[in-house]
Amino acid sequence: MSSHIDSAGATAAATRTLPWGLWAQQTLGILRLELRKNFLSRRALLIYLLAGLPVFMLFLLAILPPDFDDWRNFSGLSEVFSMIYNTLILRAVVFFGCAWIFMNLFRGEVVDRSLHYYFLSPIRREVLVVGKYLSGLVTAIVLFGLTTLLSLFMLYFPRFSAESTRYFFEGAGGKQALIYLGITTLAVIGYGAIFLIVGLFFRNPIIPALLIYGWEWINFLLPPLFKKVSVIHYLHSLMPVPMNDGPFAVMAEPTPAWLSVPSLLVFTLIVLALAGYHTRRMEISYVGD
Amino acid sequence: MTTTMEEAAATTTAATTATRTATADRTAEKMIVFEDVSKFYGEILGVNRVNLSIAPGITSLVGPNGSGKTTLMNLMTGLLKPTRGRISVLGTSPDQPEELFRKVGYCAQFDSFPRGATGREFIEFYLRTHGASRRALENLTHQALERVSMLDAADRKVAGYSKGMRQRIRLAQSIAHNPAVLILDEPLNGLDPMARAEIIRLFRQLAAEGLYLIISSHILHEVDMMSDSVVLLNNGYVVAEGNVHGVRDEIEEHPMQILIRCDRPQLLAARVFEQDGVVEARLHDDKQGLFVKTRRPDEFYLLLNRVVLDGDLKVESVAPADDDLNAVYQYLISSDGGR
Repeated sequence: MSSHIDSAGATAAATRTLPWGLWAQQTLGILRLELRKNFLSRRALLIYLLAGLPVFMLFLLAILPPDFDDWRNFSGLSEVFSMIYNTLILRAVVFFGCAWIFMNLFRGEVVDRSLHYYFLSPIRREVLVVGKYLSGLVTAIVLFGLTTLLSLFMLYFPRFSAESTRYFFEGAGGKQALIYLGITTLAVIGYGAIFLIVGLFFRNPIIPALLIYGWEWINFLLPPLFKKVSVIHYLHSLMPVPMNDGPFAVMAEPTPAWLSVPSLLVFTLIVLALAGYHTRRMEISYVGD
Repeated sequence: MTTTMEEAAATTTAATTATRTATADRTAEKMIVFEDVSKFYGEILGVNRVNLSIAPGITSLVGPNGSGKTTLMNLMTGLLKPTRGRISVLGTSPDQPEELFRKVGYCAQFDSFPRGATGREFIEFYLRTHGASRRALENLTHQALERVSMLDAADRKVAGYSKGMRQRIRLAQSIAHNPAVLILDEPLNGLDPMARAEIIRLFRQLAAEGLYLIISSHILHEVDMMSDSVVLLNNGYVVAEGNVHGVRDEIEEHPMQILIRCDRPQLLAARVFEQDGVVEARLHDDKQGLFVKTRRPDEFYLLLNRVVLDGDLKVESVAPADDDLNAVYQYLISSDGGR
């Protein structure tokens, strides 16, 4: 018995001198467990359906093409994809997918009454926040990155395979695909941080999620100053093919990439720090949850 | 000169205070200490003004539902934060989980598990958070599973376990890292009699190894059997604490009930009222014994000796009829009324 206590004590002593090593190990442990939950639990089914929706729709459109010019001409496809990406993938799939994944990181565990296992282990609460957030990031980037790439594939290749091969492997298509992938990643980073903290602060996070959705949706109508208090504004600024927001849109200068990317990352770090601070003071009773 | 003496006195006082503080700190490092701890859930009282010092061995928290047992355990482990007061577990504050849970294992009452995990994975994940190496992890998991007799079922999904097995795997998880303090919320719930006996044996063994075991239970006779000390709770207040028999002695205002098995209980009944402290004498149903309620048991025992020496009475046995935890608890909550 005592020898085991000694081994645990030795580990504790080791951690005092090398906390970063232990934190990395703990983060990997959390990541491993959370990824399994994110990908294999019953809750993941909704995310698979959501992520597969644009691909399935484009598959149907490839079989039964609609009758309008942009769709029939290869040159119009980049604008069609920009529209699909903005309205369906970014504003619906990525937004609601992130809401579901990241709000459940803590809220889901409270509902399942299993969060105490983390709180009863020798893990700094801040490390727990980082581990869970990273698991959400990996899950969402893998799924929604695949959605982005497969949607591009479904739009271009079934009807224009030769032109598409040239466009993506020799022309500007490859770079555009990477930019879309980058925007998806940034969207997941930004929305992920927001929904992580929404899941921590609100017992019923659906209402705040819908309010955020409304704010992001009406972004094109907001004055330039308010536009900047949103994630979608910075993502729009990075679009390789700008989308026409319609006649009622309030025009604003897009934020350059060198400013919009760091802004999103700094915002994310601030939100994560706040989440860590809150988690450090968090209590568990499960009563009423 | 006067100034010098005053300075010397001040220095001595400061030194004494520092020594006392250091001694108190050293004591705190060896105890689990609650200092004037209160916890309110909004306006609802969880526990109020709790002052406790818990030493090694088995300490049982006893009380009805809602008395504050689980609240005390959750405060000790940082799952809840005190509204007022200070808690120290062997010198560590529950605010520091990264330090606390190297010393503490908590088998909570929540009957839930990470989805899809086997018993072994459940324990291994927990040990991984301690930074244990692969080999240490396997060894510690094996030993913990062995201690709760769960080796055969270790690779089955926890979701398929019976209630008793889930209880045992939670216990294994809480002892796997060999903590110095083990906190167990109703650990005998759902266990069959064989398993109960086995687990109580394990608790005794752990206590003999020098661990601090804090156990909450409703099953008073089991608590009575295994506890070194008890903390009796009612409506969020500690109504008594200490050794079971010591706690009984503290309730001086409540008469003690003694059963005397003898050949002539009626004669004894007539003699016992010679004493002021006796408040009741009642014949046993089989007419072969007498229940006596007295406020002065020591004087009563002397009287009984005299009656026996007079040769009037043949005594078969003398035993306290209400010196168990159940009786003590009933006295306390009925007389105290939860304050």
